[in-house]
Order: sequence, then structure tokens, then C-alpha cells
Amino acid sequence: MTAHLPALQVVITLLAAPACILVRGRDLTFWLALLTTWAAFAVSCLLLDQVMTSGIVSYELGGWAAPFGIEYRVDALNAFVLLIVSGIGAIVLPFTPRSLLIEMVGEKAYLFYCAFLLCVTGLLGVAITGDAFNLFVFLEISSLASCILISLGPHRRALTAAFQYLIVGTIGATFIVIGIGLIYGATGTLNLNDIAERLPATGYNRTVIAAFAFLIVGAAIKLALFPLHFWLPKAYTYAPSTVSAFLAATATKVGVYVLIRFLFTVFGVKFSFDILPTALPLMLLAVLAMFVASTVAIFQDSVKRMLAYSSVAQIGYMVLGLSLVTVDGLTASIVHLFNHALMKGALFLAIGCIAYRQSSFRIDDLAGMGRRMPWTMAAFTAGGLSLIGIPLTAGFISKWYLILAALAADEPLIAALIVISSLLAVIYVWRVVEAAYFREPGPGAPSGEAPLALLIPTWVLIALNVYFGIETSLPVGVSEHAARALMGAGP
Amino acid sequence: MNDLLVLRIVTKILMPFILLFALYVQFHGDYGPGGGFQAGVIFGAGFILYGLVYGLDALRGVLSSDVLRAGFAIGLLIFAGVGVAGLLLGGNYLDYNVLSSDPVKGQHLGILLIEFGVGVTVASVMISIFYYFAGRGR
Repeated sequence: MTAHLPALQVVITLLAAPACILVRGRDLTFWLALLTTWAAFAVSCLLLDQVMTSGIVSYELGGWAAPFGIEYRVDALNAFVLLIVSGIGAIVLPFTPRSLLIEMVGEKAYLFYCAFLLCVTGLLGVAITGDAFNLFVFLEISSLASCILISLGPHRRALTAAFQYLIVGTIGATFIVIGIGLIYGATGTLNLNDIAERLPATGYNRTVIAAFAFLIVGAAIKLALFPLHFWLPKAYTYAPSTVSAFLAATATKVGVYVLIRFLFTVFGVKFSFDILPTALPLMLLAVLAMFVASTVAIFQDSVKRMLAYSSVAQIGYMVLGLSLVTVDGLTASIVHLFNHALMKGALFLAIGCIAYRQSSFRIDDLAGMGRRMPWTMAAFTAGGLSLIGIPLTAGFISKWYLILAALAADEPLIAALIVISSLLAVIYVWRVVEAAYFREPGPGAPSGEAPLALLIPTWVLIALNVYFGIETSLPVGVSEHAARALMGAGP
Repeated sequence: MNDLLVLRIVTKILMPFILLFALYVQFHGDYGPGGGFQAGVIFGAGFILYGLVYGLDALRGVLSSDVLRAGFAIGLLIFAGVGVAGLLLGGNYLDYNVLSSDPVKGQHLGILLIEFGVGVTVASVMISIFYYFAGRGR
């Protein structure tokens, strides 16, 4: 069965989603979703192992040979993104049955699990496929499913946030599909590797340049690159915390993956960065994202909105790494994909624990939280430290590699900016910590810890933050492997 | 709606032909124009016409929302299930060659089943969309 792992990666959750609708029982669908997500996680672990030991895995859907049929092509980069998506899904899902979200939707919980599984399927599909049009289809599956998930938020504004996400997501997807159409017109193929081989023969004419522009802008909308990030804060703020945790840790990561895939594999380093000056604008936008979004985060009242803006800033770091166009920079980007998924997942799950006790996420209402919910707040603080990049946390590893890459690329200014923007993160994390530990709880503030079912997944992510802050061979090893392949790939 | 005698009678006469035509488009799709999506839309349109003329409650009596919801799922399960059947019979996912001893017959069977799955889901979704729009404000 190991030969069929690439198909199983997507099919397991794809089959489970409609099965949820037929099964309907709240507990039964939960177990179905849990088992299939864990199975998907196991598959992605096996795939990563297979890729690291024996190189690229290629799978022909329906037995049709590669450039004509749809090919699933797994290299180190895909396998790593698959691991992130399915791993976060596997950790977040056990959080759901006791979360506020499921208590609210009640009898209709099976529809939530169906949408969740479809979202996982879509994101995994985007990451695994080697076919440009298939990529677009999976992107649509994931964004429609995440739109449903966002709309389940407790506040009525979740509906407008979901609607905005739908519109902006559709615009992004439209840009991507126009780009894919133009590429197809120029090269006559949809297979990503085949496109990469045929592009030089087109002489990089205007069609190809237009396709490039459409694809990059489309991917930038999907990954919420500043200034195209405006949909993200609303969506993450009003979505249920569980959903914010999952989407913040996976959806934008898959967007970054799409950007990297098109820049480095499909169009190739020569076209993307030598013929067209893409690196400088990306770098500028990344630095702006780091500073503007972090500054905005400092002035937020709501913790959730603060974390959402912080996500925009963190995406800046990922794009900054790849805009250096070196193996080191790309490694730092890919490592940060992984580490940011761990820290933002943990932070949003901690918010989910708080939501179990009180409905307000205003920083002022978190006064005395350190005594009222000690375990939750300790998890939040640990996640915050990782976000800042304190040594012994995963965040430090990302920043360390990013700064080294900037120095190696002879950009000391960029390295300094990374350090300064991290200081902004200190300010916004500190505001929450100060409220939670140094202020007296207001009268009538609810007290009591969140149930273990919520705390365990949160602390698992925190433990992983610490583990991968010390033992870095997995993320760094895989990222370096992927970065080397990407820089060597293309013309 | 009792005064619209012509509409009611014509709808009753047309219904079987619309559904039959949908089935023709469905199962003749591999020889001529057509296929699951088109057939699903025509099939759904037949029911929507019935709903428009006889009212939403009459249509709900024929097809409840629960049945439709199961329809979404069953269609997708048929599609994905055929793919898994290919896997279990020793081919790749969605490889129809292995579905029958003769690869050509296998391809034929595979596409027929897959298109049927598409048809079921599309028809259910079409009618559901009509339910949601027509049922608003009730």
C-alpha cells in the first residue's frame, strides 16, 4: 500500500467528509473525523520519511502518464507542508468536542466536522498536487470549507467576516486561475514540472509575464501578504477559536507554499528573480508587513485581533526569507512555516480555553487571568515567548536562521530590522502578560480552569514549541533539503 | 395555485419526460454530449418546476431535506468509492482499467459510475439551493 500513499493522503479525509453527513451522530462523527485526520497524519509522516530516504515520490492518478494525467508529486517541501497541515489538524481536532463551538452548533456538529475534513482535504490537496488546475480546484475546496468554518463564530459579525473571506478568497482564486489559463495558453500543459521545462522555450513573452503577475498576486491574496491582508484580521477575530487555530496554522502556510512553488519550481529562479525584479518588492512588502502589522497589533483591544495582526507580521518573516533568494533564506522561510504553525496554533488554542470561561477577549477583561486560569495563561505566555523568539523556543530557531541568512546575503540592515520588529512583538505579548499576571481580577470575573480536554491539545503544541526549540534536526534538516532542491530547480 | 390549471396539467405531463431526458443525458453521456453535471441539473430542474407550480410543501413531501443531504454525501461517496475500488483491485486511485477484465469495459464502467455520482450530488445540491431560496422568510 505504500505506493499509494500520495492518493491516500487526500482520499482518506475526502471519503470521511461525506460519511459524516450520513452518520450524523455527534460523537460518532467526531471519532470518524479524529481517526481519519490521524490516519492522514500517519500517511504524511510515512510520505516525509519516504521522500527523505528515497527522493521524489510521483503518483499518476487513474494510471494516466504524467504530463497528460494528473500527477501527485511529493518532494521535501510538499511533504513538510503536508506534515504541518495534517499534524495541526490532528492536534486541533481533539480540542473540538469540549469547545464552545460544538456546544453552540449542537445537533449540527456533524456538519462542522464535514466542513473541517473538507478544509483539511483541500489544503492537503493543494500541497500534494503536481497539476496546476488541480491545485486551483483544491484551493477552492479549502477556501469554501474555511468560509463555512469562519461563519460559525459566536458573534454575528462572523457572518460578514466569512462573506468578506469568501469574496476576497474568490478574487484571489480568480487571479490564480487566470494565471494558470495564460500559462496553459503559452505552454500547452498543466503539469507544474512540465510547465517549468517548457517555459524557457516560450522566450518569456508577455503572456508568461502576465501569467506570472496574476499568479503571484493571487497567491499573495491567499497568504495575506501586506497590503493584501485586510481579510485576515476580521476572519481570525470572529471565527471560533478552534477554527482560528487551525486556519492560522495551516491556510496561510499553504498560501506561502503556493508562492514558493510558483516562484522557484515553476517559473524558476532565473525568470522570477533575474529577468523580473521580484525580490525587491517582496522584500519591501515583507518588511512593511513586519512593522506595520506588529505596530497595529500593539494597539488592539482584543487579544484575538492582536494575534491576527501578529500573523500578518509573521507572514512577513516567511516572505522576507524567500525574498533573499538564497538557500539559507529559503531554509529560514520553510522552517518558519513549521514553527509559526506551532506557535500560532498554541496561542489560538489558549484563547479557545479562555473562551470556555468568558466571552470577552478584551485585554482589560483578562485582568488577573494568571490566577484565574493558571494553566491556560501559562500556555499563552509560553506561546507568546515563542512568538517573540526567546531562546529554547521554536520561534528563536526561525529568527536565528532568518538573521543568519540575512547576514550571509550581506543585508545587515535586514538583520537589524528583524531584531527590531521582534521587539514590537515583545510589546504586544507583554500587554497581555501584564494584564493577566499583574492586575487584580475585576469583581465577578469568572474563575476556574478550562477542562483537561482543552488543555491537553494546547499543552501538546506548547511542548512541541519547546521541543523544536531545542531539537531542530527535523524542521531544519527537511527545510535545508527542500531549499537546496528549490534553488537548484528551474533553469 | 388552483386556478393555474394549464400550468398544473402541463407540468404533470412534462415531468416524466424531463426526468427521462435527464437519465438519457446521464447514461448516454459517454457516447454523446452530456454527463453527470448536465444530467443532474436537468433532473433537479424537473423537481424545481414541480416545486414552482405545486408549491414548496408539496415538493418537500416528495423529497425531504434529509434525503437531499444524504444525496450530497452518497454522490461524493460513489465518486471517491470508485477510486478506492480501483486502488483495492490493484490499480492506481481512479484507475478504471482494473474494474473489469477488459480495460475498455473497465473504463466504460468506471466513467459511468463516476458520472452517476456527480449526477446524484448535483441534482441534490440544485434542489437544495431552491429549497433555501424559496424557504427564506418562512
